[in-house]
Amino acid sequence: MECQECHQNPATIHFTQVINGDKNEIHVCEKCAVEKGYIHHKEEPYSLHHLLSGLFHFDTDLMQQSQQNKKATLTCNNCGMTYRQFAKIGKFGCSQCYLTFNEHLNPLLRRVHGGNTMHEGKIPKRQGTSIYQRKQLRDMREKLRNLIEEEAFEKAAEVRDQIKELERTIGQSEEGEHDGS
Amino acid sequence: MMGLEHFMNEAISPWLKEEGPDSDIVMSSRIRLARNLDGVSFPLIANEKQLEEILYFVEKEFNQRSYASYSDFEFLRLSELKQIQKQALVEKHLISPHLIERSDNAAVLISKNEQVSIMVNEEDHIRAQLYFPGFQLERALKESFQIDDWLEEKLDFAFDEKFGYLTTCPTNVGTGMRASVMMHLPALAITSRLNRMVPAINQIGLVVRGLYGEGSEARGNIFQISNQVTLGRSEEDIIEDLNGIVQKLIEQEREVRQNLVQETPIELENKIYRSLGTLKYSRIIESKEAAQCLSDVRLGIDLGFIHNIPRSILNELVVLTQPAFLQQYAKKRLSASERDIFRASLIRERLTLEEKEE
Ligand SMILES: [Zn+2]
Ligand SMILES: [Zn+2]
Repeated sequence: MECQECHQNPATIHFTQVINGDKNEIHVCEKCAVEKGYIHHKEEPYSLHHLLSGLFHFDTDLMQQSQQNKKATLTCNNCGMTYRQFAKIGKFGCSQCYLTFNEHLNPLLRRVHGGNTMHEGKIPKRQGTSIYQRKQLRDMREKLRNLIEEEAFEKAAEVRDQIKELERTIGQSEEGEHDGS
Repeated sequence: MMGLEHFMNEAISPWLKEEGPDSDIVMSSRIRLARNLDGVSFPLIANEKQLEEILYFVEKEFNQRSYASYSDFEFLRLSELKQIQKQALVEKHLISPHLIERSDNAAVLISKNEQVSIMVNEEDHIRAQLYFPGFQLERALKESFQIDDWLEEKLDFAFDEKFGYLTTCPTNVGTGMRASVMMHLPALAITSRLNRMVPAINQIGLVVRGLYGEGSEARGNIFQISNQVTLGRSEEDIIEDLNGIVQKLIEQEREVRQNLVQETPIELENKIYRSLGTLKYSRIIESKEAAQCLSDVRLGIDLGFIHNIPRSILNELVVLTQPAFLQQYAKKRLSASERDIFRASLIRERLTLEEKEE
């Protein structure tokens, strides 16, 4: 397959680009991929610049000018990055930026991550104990629902006890946190 | 202290000499985890002082330490390396080209066996990567989690319940994981079958790209398959998808190889031996031609046409014949035409050496 941009080199980078819901298959050579901004370094086969600028302008049509300005000047008070800067370079300045721009991130994340906006997977052990427990609780509640549906009541009773136990532990540690502060 | 020399003397990392599962087709499996320190500006906008503090801390806590089977991590500051040494580390895949651009305030921690390398102040504060020979993503994932836990004992990673591990680029947020497999797919490439499979592979959030191409193409029929989505799917699920596709590619590659053997045996044998002849007798060879010939000879070994050359020598030559490593080996700077001459003589030397040993 030849590169769809230069029609000279063989296409070595292949991906599906989704902009405003339109799917587009891209087959390009590495040189053209860099030129078109699809990749920055070898690691990132993605046109984030395109996605972001698209996102920013797309919003302009829908939002009042004043709201738009308010969003653009939204500033991370930890690193000083504004939403406008973020939208331009497509990179965050620090971990706090995520919380600062929180309510505007979902459309972007959905586009980049196949519709997903919520983390699944590994949680840091040390600072993540309570997060981990809450996730465990969610998983166990789902298990309980499934067991009841399957009418496996004996097992369901066991799981229900485990859930109660876990709820107690979480309750205690949260109280503990409040006592400490 | 073993220092830099240790990583420069050999073109091929010790782990790559071992054969892993499905080594005839899968050269290596890699997991990379991106992590950042909570509340500290990301490398992109951090100032000199912040970056220096991170380097200082990582060096203090992890230099010369060992973890599980990964012993004697060596902390190398890029500002203390010569350009050609940095380039050689890139060719061995121990650091990224981007880390070189950030040389003033960047470093890498490399385990003695070169299976683990941890880049500091790349695009993210920490980028840990772990390699295994052959096809073993699950094992790579398990051990990369252990390395991650080890780092986390000393480092406060930026994490959010909704977003997961927070990264500089939104394309990495969530798991921060990029899992990839390097595959030698000559039969699928020759018959264009790979291109036809690409859309389906993309559909489930995976990417196929050529490797080692200086400009644009897949050098020596080596391809990298990796995940694009990092948010909303657990590491295990992502690995499962990748495993499924890699398994399918292995099956198809084997099938097409067998077809080639049955339908055009003499043409195939001719191509393989011509390439072997080119490698054995050339006096001048460009890296592109060398990569293609190495791919043919590797296929010849896999199919049993060639018996007296070990497969690992080809892994070695793929790295060794890249420009920076070649110059490192020659111990001097070489012009492009000098490189082509030196490359030819190096390949000749290695191949005859191996053949005599039989
Ligand atoms: Zn092109
Ligand atoms: Zn910030």
